[in-house]
Amino acid sequence: MPSSPSHHRVPSDAPFYAIVLTIAGAYVALIVLMLAADIAYTSPNEMLEALRNDNIRSSIRLSLISCTISAILSVWVAVPIGYLMSRHQFAGRNLLDAVLDIPIVLPPLVVGISLLILFQFLPRALREAVVYQVPAVILAQFVVACAFAVRTMRATFDQIDDRREQVALTLGCSRMQAFLRVVLPEAGQGILTAGTLAWARSLGEFGPLLVFAGATRNKTEVLSTTVYLELSIGNLEAAVAVSLIMVTAAVAVLIIARLWGTRSLAV
Amino acid sequence: MIRVQSVTVQVGKFRIDDVSFEIPSGEYGMLMGKTGSGKTTLLEAVAGLKPIRAGSIVLGDLDVTELRPAERHVGYVPQDGALFSTMSVRDHLAFALEIRRVSKPEIASRVEELANLLEIEHLLTRSPRGLSGGERQRVAIGRALSFRPSTLLLDEPLSALDDDTREQLYSLLKHVQQHTGVTTLHVTHHQHDVARLADKLIRIEDGVVVVVAEQKIGK
Repeated sequence: MPSSPSHHRVPSDAPFYAIVLTIAGAYVALIVLMLAADIAYTSPNEMLEALRNDNIRSSIRLSLISCTISAILSVWVAVPIGYLMSRHQFAGRNLLDAVLDIPIVLPPLVVGISLLILFQFLPRALREAVVYQVPAVILAQFVVACAFAVRTMRATFDQIDDRREQVALTLGCSRMQAFLRVVLPEAGQGILTAGTLAWARSLGEFGPLLVFAGATRNKTEVLSTTVYLELSIGNLEAAVAVSLIMVTAAVAVLIIARLWGTRSLAV
Repeated sequence: MIRVQSVTVQVGKFRIDDVSFEIPSGEYGMLMGKTGSGKTTLLEAVAGLKPIRAGSIVLGDLDVTELRPAERHVGYVPQDGALFSTMSVRDHLAFALEIRRVSKPEIASRVEELANLLEIEHLLTRSPRGLSGGERQRVAIGRALSFRPSTLLLDEPLSALDDDTREQLYSLLKHVQQHTGVTTLHVTHHQHDVARLADKLIRIEDGVVVVVAEQKIGK
């Protein structure tokens, strides 16, 4: 005989929340402890010393410039590709989708080697202007960062109701006008997220840079290669100090983007 | 006038087959059918948003069969309004006129006229966020009427509204149609909407028109 509703004993929710919170807490603790260990290992003096080092200052400058250029390029390319993938069905779409994910799944060193080999087939003047030069830094960062930006923009356009665009078409817009005046403004937060992600991704890029741009001091050295170069000469303190500079830069960009994004949405 | 002549539309496996009907100029036609019967697809075909495989569509004196949506001169109100989240209510009413490069004083005057007609003067500076369902529909109707289209296409504009708001919008839609003389095609699945608004009823089932009737109930 079925028991009456009042006698049905529902198990406590506590174990569920205990499991979820334990898993989440363990991961968050790992992130925080990693950063805390970095901070504990170095001192403000060591960070200031790192900032006074000409090589490191040059590396910071190139990192800021190259990451910003590659983030802007990534968004520039990701917006039309993301829109195309989100809105249109066409032959070969699944294949294109897979191709767009290749930079994400490819081992970083392979990205670098592939770029290096690609430029062996290109005119010598172009090769000499790019490979092991600053443009190689930007291109290596862009190839990977753009793939992440494309994913973000595609998800952004997926979330924008395409009927708004259809209404714009009936109101007299061409496709271009509907895109620029209705879709793009609605994608503002997604563009910001894609740009931030691309910037942070570019900052952390290392493998392709090492192979394709090299790690020449005062030339193609960016912060990630600085960490590698300092480690390779046994200067762990400087490596940790530069790592903390990278963490600070990444967190600053994240916070600025979040604040900007929140403000732009607060209509 | 809206004249749909032997129109066939194919969307995936769903097909609207050889549909014909006509709504005379200035009349209020309602396209009624169950969910999945093809009424929204047919409305979108009239708006030019869905390609047709066969047949022709005439709006007013113009054969629009081959024309793009922007060239059909139709005001379109999709379900729930589909308002632009980054624009104010005023921007919505001005949008189609700005696209047509109408002068600023003319736009201001038209926005004021529409706001009066739809009783949304107090909402002009508001963003769509936070508007009630009825207010959203008023804005969407205003946006669709702003450029004085010959045809107004409404896709279940009342379906998500409570009874009181629905009653208000019955009066409003009738008033708007009498005031503007716009030929209207309104998609619904509510018999009550038909009784309150329709001059002409087109009933569609599984992609086929089964009834076309003059509607005098409640008028």
